[in-house]
Order: sequence, then C-alpha cells, then structure tokens
Amino acid sequence: MRRRVADTVAILVALVTVFPIYWMVLSALKPTGEILSADPRPWTLHPTLDHFRSALGVSGFGRYFLNSLVVALAVVALSALVAFLAAVALTRYRFRTRSTILVLFLIAQMVPVEALSIPLFFQIRDLGRTVPGVGLNTLGSLVLVQLAFSLPFAIWMLRGFVAAVPPEVEEAATMDGASRFTILWRILFPLIAPGLAATSVFSFITAWNDFLFAKTFIISATENQTLPAALLVFFKPDENDWGGIMAASTLMTVPVLVFFVFVRRRLVSGLGGAVKD
Amino acid sequence: MPVWLLLPALAVLVPMFAYPLYQLGLLSLFDYGQPQVSGGEPARFVGAGNFSTLFADPAFWTVLGQTVVFAAGCVVVTLALGAALAVLMTRIGKLARTMLSYAALTAWAAPAMTGSVVWMFLFDSNLGLVNEVLGLDGYNWLYDRTVAFALVGAVVVWHSFPFVMITLYAGIQAVPPSVLEAAALDGAGAATAFRRITVPMLRPLIAIVVIQSIIWDFKVFTQIYVMTRGGGIAGQNMVLNVYAYQKAFASSQYGLGSAIGIVMTLILLVVTLLYLRALRRTGEVL
Repeated sequence: MRRRVADTVAILVALVTVFPIYWMVLSALKPTGEILSADPRPWTLHPTLDHFRSALGVSGFGRYFLNSLVVALAVVALSALVAFLAAVALTRYRFRTRSTILVLFLIAQMVPVEALSIPLFFQIRDLGRTVPGVGLNTLGSLVLVQLAFSLPFAIWMLRGFVAAVPPEVEEAATMDGASRFTILWRILFPLIAPGLAATSVFSFITAWNDFLFAKTFIISATENQTLPAALLVFFKPDENDWGGIMAASTLMTVPVLVFFVFVRRRLVSGLGGAVKD
Repeated sequence: MPVWLLLPALAVLVPMFAYPLYQLGLLSLFDYGQPQVSGGEPARFVGAGNFSTLFADPAFWTVLGQTVVFAAGCVVVTLALGAALAVLMTRIGKLARTMLSYAALTAWAAPAMTGSVVWMFLFDSNLGLVNEVLGLDGYNWLYDRTVAFALVGAVVVWHSFPFVMITLYAGIQAVPPSVLEAAALDGAGAATAFRRITVPMLRPLIAIVVIQSIIWDFKVFTQIYVMTRGGGIAGQNMVLNVYAYQKAFASSQYGLGSAIGIVMTLILLVVTLLYLRALRRTGEVL
C-alpha cells in the first residue's frame, strides 16, 4: 500500500517534470492554426513539419546547429584531456601549493562569467590580431573561452574519481615495469571513464547553452553564430512565432537529451563513485 | 611535483581566466565608458569611486536584497525537493523509478534558454496553456514583482533539482549494504540507520551539492534575462548579475558594471569560505 502511494507520487512528479518538454515538441508539430486556437489541446491530429522546415530553411538553423555541435564537442574533448591530467596531479601528488590550487579552482567557479565578458571581449579582439582563428567572429574563440570556464568544475569533480582508484593498482603496475605514461593512459584513464562521462555532460552543457559569449564575440560573421543566440532572432516582444520558436527549441534540446541518455548509466554510477567509503 | 600534468590546465586558465579577472578588478577602479572604448579619451583612474557611487545608490541595495532572497529561495526549494525525491527513489518500484529518473534527466538536459522559452509559452497571457486551464485569460505573470520572481524561480528549480536528486540517489546507492546490515543486526531501525549512517557517509556529496546550488542560483542570468526581458518592468526583477550586465552594456558604464561583478564575486567568496570552514570542522579534509 505504502509502496503504491510512493509510486503514484513519483509518477506524478515525473509527468509534471517532463510536461514542458512534451509541450515544446507538441507545439513544434502543431499547425499554426491550432497554436493560435483559444482551446489548446494536449495532442494534435494534424502533425506538420512546417515549423522545422522554416527553422532549418529560411532561418538557417542547420548551420547554427552544426556550429554549436563543433564548439561543444571540441570543448568536451579538450576539457576531458586537460582536466584528467590536472586531476591526477592534484590527487596523486602531495605538494605545498596543492590546497591553494584546489581552493582557487573552487573560487574560480564563483566568478560571475557575465562580468568577465567585458575584459574578455577586448582580450579576444587583441588575440585575434596575432593568432588567427581565435579572434572575434570565430568559433575558436568560443571553444577557448568555454574550455576555460568548464575546466575548474571538471577538475574539481574528476578529483573524486581519481581518488577512488586505489593507489595499489598503480603500484602494482610500477612493479610490473609500466612507465608513468602507460600507467596514466592504460590504467588510470580507463578506470575513471565513468567520471569522465559525468564531467563531459557538464562541459557539453556549458558550451552548448552559452549564449552570452556567442552574442558578444560573434558580431558580424553571422555564419559562425550558434544556436542560443540565433534563437533570439525568433523572439519578438509582441508577435511571437511560437511554432517556430518551439521547433528551434526542440532542435536545440534534442542533442543534449541524446547525449544525456547515452551517458546516463555511467553518469549515475560515476556520481556514486564520488562517495568515499 | 609533476608540473607537466598541470601545465595544460594552467596554459588555458591563466590567460583566459586569471588575467581577465585581474582586468575586471582593474576596470572597476576606472571611469570606463563609451569614449574610452573607442579610444577617444584615456581611461580615468577613480579609485574606489565606482564602489562609492554604487553603495550610495538605493537601487543597488534593492537589487542586492532581492538577489539574496531569490537565490536563497531557489537553493532551499531545490535542495529540499531534490533530497526528498532522492529518498523517494529508493522506496519505489522499478517502473516509477525509471520514469522519474528519465523525466529528471530531461529537465536537467534542457538548455536554460529553451527551458525559459517553453515556460514563457506555457504561461503566456493569451496563448498559454496555464491561463487557459485556470481560466485566467489575459493575466500577465510577469506584471507583479513577486509573481514574476516565483515563476522564474520555478524554472530555475525545474532545471536544477535533477542534479541534486540524481547525485544524492547515486550516493545513497553507493553506501555499502554490509554497513547497513550490520546496523540492522545491532537493532537500528531504517530511520536511525538513514540518519546515523547514510547521511554522514554522504556528507562530502551533500557539500558539493549545496555549494554548487548556491553558486549556480546566485548567478542565475539566462532565465531572468530572457523571461523578464532584461530585468522586468522598470527593472523590478533585476538580480546582481543582470544588473552588472545592463550597467556595462546597456548604459556603457563598464567600470561600474565591473565593480558590481567584483562585489558579487566577494559575496560568493565569503559564502564558500564559511562553508569550507564548517566542512573542516566536521573533520572533512580537502
């Protein structure tokens, strides 16, 4: 009996939680007439791809989608690699500045990123003059900035996973004559894969969701725009094209969903791995 | 010390994080507006001038006050909801659990931008489903300051409770069953075992969840910016982050905007240091 009440509550919470996403996808598929109707129904008998067609065709969302994907994947790959090395250094070795560095990484997460966009704008502008490919109006500048902002959290989180691997594993490998490099890539790296998956989710989301830097750095080269900033194009204060907005939102949400479901198992087991025993 | 392991991280963080932060501090001490950006006039050093302008402005204190209340509300509701659901997850059948964790994952995965936009559509005055169902045709949810904050807060909680729920649930699952069995043999009931064994073992994880929630909710930007169109009617729903952004980019007072950014950073710094101290007192080592 108690179990049944708990089940019902959980299912209700699940339905309420998922409803906005359902409504988004549904509205993207509804014909405009039904969206404007005074009597909205939670289903549609006439699904249409018109809103997607106009989003991908006229509004060029396909291109923005690709840009977002390139930036996010580059950030995930680089962030995983760099954070892994740093997490190993900060977990496996004791040195005097270790605690200081850790606290600095924690503090770094508190910095309001929006305020940093001011000095970063001037810095990216100047950097672009000496190093092509990372200046204003380039995807490279977004990768660089997102990488920097995802690292502190990624390192902070990966630490727990590296700490969970017993040092005896590495000691045994050293006894067997494995080099430091081998230990790092062939032993430690695979062992903390669940942690890397969990961390990747955060890096991916940071990069994929960013609209502030995309808006600040990509000024004139609209072909290098990413999804969130492009979504604002649809957004007009008074006469919103809700069908188009929902289609564009769906396009922006689906890849993250796929990514999440893909790493779900590793994510859960990975986060559990951060518990000490 | 294995310098080379840290080198890649430092090579990114020093120029892209530490240096801009230093520049932000520097900017907050200058009168830096449109003429200075275009190079027409040199930046003028004003010392603590931006800060005294800020502290003398009653609007700043209003924004600061509502930022703290808004963030605290979001943190408390997120943690309470997330923790309650994590415990609920351990007591339900497989189907309900799968449904709940997938639903939570969906809300978690939804980008802040699309989440805000979809909720705005749901609560739209004329075409929104909520007004239709409640029979409130034409009611504007963003008109009243408190109602608007509550709506944005609901979106923030919707986005962030899954992290708390899934993290804590995974933590509860990771508690070795042998420990709980031993407690049961010693006569501890389920509630006692939970309070005396599970919660203490989860303390490092709870610490992460609490600190992250405070940091995230104090810095909410996209939801406020998108849903209240840049801070609400006459700026009534301004929080510090949006306030700093508007000061810098809407009124071209880059120095003043930077000063607000510095104030925010310092507030979060104090919160985190207090928390770290509390952690250390309970015997946790960094």
